[in-house]
Amino acid sequence: MYQIVRKKELNPTVTQMEILAPMVAKKAKPGQFIILRVNEEGERIPLTVAGTNPEEGTVKIIFQIVGSTTALLNAKKEGESIQDFVGPLGVATHTEGIKKVCIVGGGVGCAIAMPVAQEFHRLGAEVTSIIGFRSKDLLILEDEFRACSDKLVVMTDDGSYARHGNVTVPLKEMLEAGEKFDMVITIGPLIMMKFVTLAAKPFGVPVTVSMNPIMIDGTGMCGGCRLTLIQDGKRVTKFACVDGPDFNGYEVDFDEAMSRGRMYFGFERHAYEETCNLLKGGN
Amino acid sequence: MAIEPKKHEMPSQEPQVRAHNFNEVALGYTQEIALAEAQRCLNCKNRPCVQGCPVNIAIPDFIAKMKTGDFEGAYQVISQSSALPAVCGRVCPQESQCESKCTLGIKFEPVGIGRLERFVADWHNAHATEAPVKPASNGHKVAIVGAGPSGLTCAGDLARKGYQVSIFEALHTAGGVLVYGIPEFRLPKAIVAKEVEGLKALGVDVETNVVIGKTLTIDELFEDGYEAVFVGSGAGLPNFMNIPGEAYKGVYSANEFLTRSNLMKAYKDDPVTPIMKGGKVAVVGGGNVAMDAARTALRLGAEHVYIVYRRSMEELPARKEEVEHAIEEGIDFHLLQNPVEVLGYNNPDDPRDPKNGFVTGLKCIKMELGEPDAKGRRRPVPIPGSEFVLDVDTVVIAIGTSPNPLIKSTTKGLEVNAHGGIIVNESGLTSREGVYAGGDAVTGAATVISAMGAGKLAAKGIDEYLMHK
Repeated sequence: MYQIVRKKELNPTVTQMEILAPMVAKKAKPGQFIILRVNEEGERIPLTVAGTNPEEGTVKIIFQIVGSTTALLNAKKEGESIQDFVGPLGVATHTEGIKKVCIVGGGVGCAIAMPVAQEFHRLGAEVTSIIGFRSKDLLILEDEFRACSDKLVVMTDDGSYARHGNVTVPLKEMLEAGEKFDMVITIGPLIMMKFVTLAAKPFGVPVTVSMNPIMIDGTGMCGGCRLTLIQDGKRVTKFACVDGPDFNGYEVDFDEAMSRGRMYFGFERHAYEETCNLLKGGN
Repeated sequence: MAIEPKKHEMPSQEPQVRAHNFNEVALGYTQEIALAEAQRCLNCKNRPCVQGCPVNIAIPDFIAKMKTGDFEGAYQVISQSSALPAVCGRVCPQESQCESKCTLGIKFEPVGIGRLERFVADWHNAHATEAPVKPASNGHKVAIVGAGPSGLTCAGDLARKGYQVSIFEALHTAGGVLVYGIPEFRLPKAIVAKEVEGLKALGVDVETNVVIGKTLTIDELFEDGYEAVFVGSGAGLPNFMNIPGEAYKGVYSANEFLTRSNLMKAYKDDPVTPIMKGGKVAVVGGGNVAMDAARTALRLGAEHVYIVYRRSMEELPARKEEVEHAIEEGIDFHLLQNPVEVLGYNNPDDPRDPKNGFVTGLKCIKMELGEPDAKGRRRPVPIPGSEFVLDVDTVVIAIGTSPNPLIKSTTKGLEVNAHGGIIVNESGLTSREGVYAGGDAVTGAATVISAMGAGKLAAKGIDEYLMHK
């Protein structure tokens, strides 16, 4: 069992937890993920590591309540425990040779983008961060980003806070103004990562995207997390759990990934509603 | 007394009944049948069956105990050689191992050794009351990577010799392929759990949720005081066919399909982990895993299940018994056919059509057997222009796996072959001192018992290494 040492609501739909898992805390690097089960008989879900405290032995996770399992996780209180917590899985974000980086985060993806931005800052790179949210009440981690970024742009889709518009707007402006990034790293909804990649393409700047497909074991056994890269005109199957989760944005078949991500949409909707009813009934 | 020419039938659930439930298919011998079957053993001098067993169980000895009604004694004989008797009695391909060598088999049907082993193990599990005695410690620590058949066997053998053994398992449950791969109706998970409990009683420590190569490396295990490591990390990434359409929703690897149903219990009503149930299913491949996937699909409620295999029935690699069971249950074998494309639904007018991206069919081509290859197997060759479409909603690809890359990529000096399998010598030793390996991580996809044999061999190798160090 793995204890929830601290729990904090970042906004009404996003929660941060610090979980006691010393072996994972010692090893996890930005860009890697963990898999957890809330209870016995529970589903395995992957969540990207949002930070670690190796001295204390804790791993920070930030999740949006989108389905049955995240609703159950959110119902757990500080001091309680979850059944399983395994990691770190996947390959850490590559940082070598990158002196000037642009981090583009969207929604809860900012939780994953933040440790990456912090790592580049720690390594002495020049960090520009663009973070976007649907509206002001969904904003998270602004102070944390400000602390590790040389330049920060906050966007809201509805204009309720900071700049109005989506994250591709300031990215394009910067690239058009002649900013030369060694790498653009984007983490967020697939559709956003697709458009960030398209926006960057005319400028020839490398783009890394963080993929989050449906996964079960997370150790390179089941093949459920496969995605297609297009390399030199050839379609190549890769596995996000062992080859990723970071991939070259120009090679990813986003449309296929989006379609595969919706495979169990009906099932998930139903399970979420059932869980919500159950949790309401319990209160 | 005349010898019964045929082995006693195994009582089983009726095909029409079992095709709709996940309960065990074969029900096991009754005591009466078991005693009668034991009488068929000639107790011959040469004991060829023992050589046919990858873990060399003293088969005539345990059967002799059975003849006298000493079932616990029979169990003790088996457990000297096998860490998992109740498992092996169910999933070993006895027809190509011990039973294929049986002297009685020259004239008649061989002794039903597997069925007797299963009876003895189940009898022990139902009746034994005494906890196994924890052996005195010899003070040496050994780490085992992976709680599958090879790791559990290696752990059991070493624990009995007094080693302090820790097993590190990546998943949340011990058992490896016995829990994620082999379905409940062939191997009830309670039996695996019981065998693991037996190892724990011997003093074996099982740590779940530890991925060696990620959470800890092999070098760190040595730093932590382990003097030898056995790597039984098992099958790795599933192979796909590399044909168009494999990313459509409804295409699964057998590993994923079976893991969802077995480990994550998607077969239950109202499961927490989803799986596509019902409709028409094509399973590609002809091995035991393909049979398991096809029969699982049927039990999940499929209207029709096809096996698509590119050679003929004669070359089908699955166990005969499993193939017979599958046919009885109504699995439709499409032999000498090979998939060329997975077809899917795409509505060009409505990108939000919820049916978009789901499988609608499997395009196959008919094959014929050509000239024998270097191994003497006749190579299947496509018949031009013979393409046709199978109308299916789900495609399960069961054409094998490649060894797991995690350990290799994080362990310096560990040599692997061209297929990614870890290279070992005759005692299971890898290219790294003190590191042994066995099972699918070495051979690629093979059987439970061969993995157990490798675990046993490595345990012997580790014991000799540490005793002479």
